[in-house]
Amino acid sequence: MSTSLLLLTILLIGLVAYFAGRARSLAVSGSKLATLHSLPGYHGSYVAIWAVLPAALVLAAWLIASPLYIDSSVRSALPETVRNQGAATVQLALGQVKAVATGLARLDAKEIEAVKTGSVNLRETLAAKGVALAGEGEPFMVEAAEQFNAMRGFSRWLMSAVVLLAAFAGGVYAIRNVTARFRARNQVERVMLGSLIVASSIAILTTIGIIGSMLSEAGRFFSMVSPAEFFFGTVWDPRFAAAGSEGSSGQFGLLPLLGGTLYIAFVAMAFAVPIGLFAAIYMAEYASPRLRSIAKPLLEVLAGIPTIVYGFFALVTVGPFLRDISAQLNGLLTGNYQNFIQAQSVLTAGIVMGIMLIPFVSSLSDDIITQVPRALRDGSLGLGATRSETVKKVILPAALPGIVGALLLTASRAVGETMIVVLAAGVAARMQINPFEPMTTVTVKIVHQLTGDLEFTSPQTLVAFALGITLFVITLGLNIYALYIVRKYREQYE
Amino acid sequence: MTDVASPTVRVSTRPAESRRDIGIKRRYAAERRFRAYGISAIAIGLFFLAVLLWSVVSKGYTAFQQTTITLPIEFSEKVIDPKNERATDPKQLMTANYPLLVRDALVKQLGIDPKKRPLVKQATDMVSDSVRTQLRDIVTADPSVIGKTIPVTLLADANIDSAFKGQIDLSVEESKRKVKDQQVAWMNELADAGVLGKSFNTGIFTFGASSRPEAAGVGVALVGSAYMMLIVLVLSLPIGVAASIYLEEFAPKNRLTDLIEVNINNLAAVPSIVYGLLGLAVFVNFAGMPRSAALVGGFVLTLMTLPTIIIATRAALKAVPPSIRSAALGLGASKMQTVFHHVLPLAMPGVLTGTIIGLAHALGETAPLLLIGMVAFVVDYPGSPLEPATALPVQIYMWANEAERAFVERTSGAIIILLIFLIVMNLGAILLRRRFERRW
Repeated sequence: MSTSLLLLTILLIGLVAYFAGRARSLAVSGSKLATLHSLPGYHGSYVAIWAVLPAALVLAAWLIASPLYIDSSVRSALPETVRNQGAATVQLALGQVKAVATGLARLDAKEIEAVKTGSVNLRETLAAKGVALAGEGEPFMVEAAEQFNAMRGFSRWLMSAVVLLAAFAGGVYAIRNVTARFRARNQVERVMLGSLIVASSIAILTTIGIIGSMLSEAGRFFSMVSPAEFFFGTVWDPRFAAAGSEGSSGQFGLLPLLGGTLYIAFVAMAFAVPIGLFAAIYMAEYASPRLRSIAKPLLEVLAGIPTIVYGFFALVTVGPFLRDISAQLNGLLTGNYQNFIQAQSVLTAGIVMGIMLIPFVSSLSDDIITQVPRALRDGSLGLGATRSETVKKVILPAALPGIVGALLLTASRAVGETMIVVLAAGVAARMQINPFEPMTTVTVKIVHQLTGDLEFTSPQTLVAFALGITLFVITLGLNIYALYIVRKYREQYE
Repeated sequence: MTDVASPTVRVSTRPAESRRDIGIKRRYAAERRFRAYGISAIAIGLFFLAVLLWSVVSKGYTAFQQTTITLPIEFSEKVIDPKNERATDPKQLMTANYPLLVRDALVKQLGIDPKKRPLVKQATDMVSDSVRTQLRDIVTADPSVIGKTIPVTLLADANIDSAFKGQIDLSVEESKRKVKDQQVAWMNELADAGVLGKSFNTGIFTFGASSRPEAAGVGVALVGSAYMMLIVLVLSLPIGVAASIYLEEFAPKNRLTDLIEVNINNLAAVPSIVYGLLGLAVFVNFAGMPRSAALVGGFVLTLMTLPTIIIATRAALKAVPPSIRSAALGLGASKMQTVFHHVLPLAMPGVLTGTIIGLAHALGETAPLLLIGMVAFVVDYPGSPLEPATALPVQIYMWANEAERAFVERTSGAIIILLIFLIVMNLGAILLRRRFERRW
């Protein structure tokens, strides 16, 4: 029985169990529903839960455990000579055995016999059935594959039996519990609460997953490249080595990438902060409700546009525009029509990222500014200050901590932004201070190292995880600090 | 208090000049400047929005039209199946020289001498290379067409398409552009004859990846995106709602729930590319799920969307007044019944709004998908979420990297499609909020 069919069967049993439990509770109550502690639906759900939940847990455990067990027993059945050749060879052999096993399942008895006696070529026979073998099959593989298939078939059969038994047993056990005074609702609600807790722990699991996976992969990277070389290296030259050729590792200096990341983020912030802040102040302090109701959502449209669209905008519109205008400018000033701004440059990426950040700055600051108590405003205006003076001397100082928090949140977004820089910042990893030249960022290099064919053993691939954890730590630090400030600020005025 | 009164009188009798000394004019000027800064900041923001949209729409609207050439194609048996083997060898129909049929039809239509090779080559270059598969599909679908002459609408080559739409500057020297003068002359001749013309481009919605701009479309990418959105919806809505109900209604105030709360706020601000790394390391590398599959993409996007949905749902739950809960509890409902029968239904509009916004965000996300290998050249529709697929924003990314100018038009067209989806989703969210939102 296939897994999905099994799952469907369990659900069907659950459905039957629900109605059985319901009917049973109605039967035990006689005709007086009021004698029941819980509504019939709860009794039904109780029985259904007992039918489905244990069976599903058994199924899940089986699906996780049985491949591990089968793998290990097939591995131990491999010939001594193979097992002594190290983990990589065993892994390779195991992979081939599995491929052979898939192939054998598609052959008929006569063909299997032919393969076993060696009268036909294993690889060609399997290739004809659409199974590609990585190398020439060896006789022990056919045997191991047969064992593998046999064990898998048995495991599957046993799993179906056990799971179905669990479903029946659970259902029968539960239905015997159903009496008039039975507190089915409390039981059902306990299960519900449990599932709510499981759901909310997914957030924590995600964080653990992020940190754990990146730490373990980055750890493998740091076992090949020393951390000092990575964190303080000034040259980025990973040199994509051909598969398997060891020793030809490149240089993995983080600094040029980090420099580019921070530089582009700085340009973007320099562009977005004044515009966003002034827009927020105007919206909060001056704008009529009508203007506010139109301009605010329109500005927020900028935040809803996918970053890939900004990247394309930078690539085909802003970049060429800056390049051409710099050529014109240069021509007017010196007579030499040579552009001094590259199409892909820090400036291009910074400006476009700045456009994307405007709504973040403006709506976050807007929230903060409107939280400043009315009394401060009225006091200042009552003393004869103009509105702008009120804003500059009273509101902004009062809102400053919150605004700093908002800006830090925005900065973390700028540091982690990917698609704009991938398309607009360039790929050359170098340290320089000319904003008209291309630079590259951490995120660009993560994308570059991980697109294409991957090998999870080379430092060229694993470096992406080291870059990722660096990025994660930076943005996490910014976020935690920013959220802390904003929270503090809120408490101050609430 | 006469002492106080007398200076007041003196102030009011001051001449107008000395009033200027306290700087009213300067201060008002500063006020006006400040206002002007504010207005110009908003104007700059809106200006960029307009430029962005204009740049995409002006480049992309032509992608929804495609130049086609309708020719009477003679499915000559001599070309398709010269040895009459098609009954025994099914490969015959697959490998036949279909472009030859188009060449013959074109030569006949334009009246070219078939022996002038360069001229014939120029003529056949006007038609897309995709005719091979197009005609093959016609013949394999219905082999009885062999021997007949049927008018077939063929895609024009991308360069002819651009020229016909007036996007190619014909004043440039002939050797420096991809469309030759002779081709332009033929193009105009065919257009006058009604053979060549523009029609609505259905291909951009149905085709898959292709290296030829005229035969490339977002159809396959749309299917991939649809799979992922379905997975995200099915997983993130129940999990997100369950998590927020627990945190908002049941969780005791302690260290652990505090940690979860901080955690969720942080996850909402983690760069999306980090989720891609997570997906690659955990789902692809550790759990052994297939690369490039919509399933993995859906999982990654689910994890990314969850914080958004949880935050929105919690806000919606918080907005339901405590009196509702008290009333339900007072009538004897259990805590669980209170939440599921009364609080959650009242919070549902807010929950759905948050979900739609989260989905819209997930739909436009590119970076994590690049890492789990969805930058794949996928030509066929994925039959299940386990097959290699690509997504709309990833398709845009791949086209943006193509050098050919016709791809700029396609890319912009794909962006327009993406933006229309996002606008519809966001409008839906706004309408939902307007229609069902209750103020207590």
